Amino acid sequence: MQEFFAMGGHGLYVWLSYGLSFLVIALLVWRVRSARRAFVSQARARSQRLSADLQAK
Amino acid sequence: MSLKTLWHKLGSPRWFYELSGPWTTGFGVAAALLLAVGCVWALAIAPEDYQQGNSYRIMYIHVPTAILAQSVYMTLGIAGVILLVWRMKLADMVLACAVPFGLWMTALALVTGAIWGKPTWGTWWVWDARIVSMLVQLFLFFGLYALREAIPRADAAGRACAVLAIVGLVNIPIIKYSVDWWLTLHQPSSNLLTGPTMPSEMYLPLFVNILGFYCLYAYVLLASLRLEILRREEKTQWVQQHLQQQLPEQPQAV
Repeated sequence: MQEFFAMGGHGLYVWLSYGLSFLVIALLVWRVRSARRAFVSQARARSQRLSADLQAK
Repeated sequence: MSLKTLWHKLGSPRWFYELSGPWTTGFGVAAALLLAVGCVWALAIAPEDYQQGNSYRIMYIHVPTAILAQSVYMTLGIAGVILLVWRMKLADMVLACAVPFGLWMTALALVTGAIWGKPTWGTWWVWDARIVSMLVQLFLFFGLYALREAIPRADAAGRACAVLAIVGLVNIPIIKYSVDWWLTLHQPSSNLLTGPTMPSEMYLPLFVNILGFYCLYAYVLLASLRLEILRREEKTQWVQQHLQQQLPEQPQAV
């Protein structure tokens, strides 16, 4: 097992490459999903305010 | 549906939004599966290279990200042409939404290349034609990002980005042929379609990862486009109705 992680002395280079790549992938996926969640909740609040205003008039 | 009606339907962001929901989920699931299989295969199952040892396993990340960097740039160039010629709204959204993904893929290709270069060539960086032309592409992505931010009027910003994207297409063949035109440190690529110079147990995981990265691109681009459509069409009736259908405590996943 230790041999597998050591990668014959190239462990640092290999794991650094894969680690960075997965960090970037996670960031890209998280960014669009959280932006969507934030937008949906804000837009819902805006549209509820709008319909409340219309009813008040 | 004929190609002509498809072309006209693409003019309607609402039609695209309604169609793309299941595709987004599908590409997301496919990307997760392919990348999981591809990376385990690449790291644990593929044999060691007789010359480079284990450092060559970086190839399974380096090559897909470099290919994707080109593909994203080509998408931008094509979207630029469609925007300038047909003024399609969706093309402008693609031009805006694909930039971050392309920027990150180019950066990853450069960084994993540097990390691979250290144990293989003995240096992190060299002013080689392939590497410099990729660096130019990174700056093009930065430029596209900055240009949109710098121009306040959305339609003018879109057209300016379209022009920059089209001009930047010149760099694509330079990147592709740089390893043949200038014989420097970067090795020529193995042609995967006309008979790879690698044995199959080495290139099959590469195929899986390339496919996985393409699915990831499709997922991120579609998800960003869907959000952009909601943003730009927020005041329309269909978006208002769509927002009401989404429960506040359980926002739609994709």
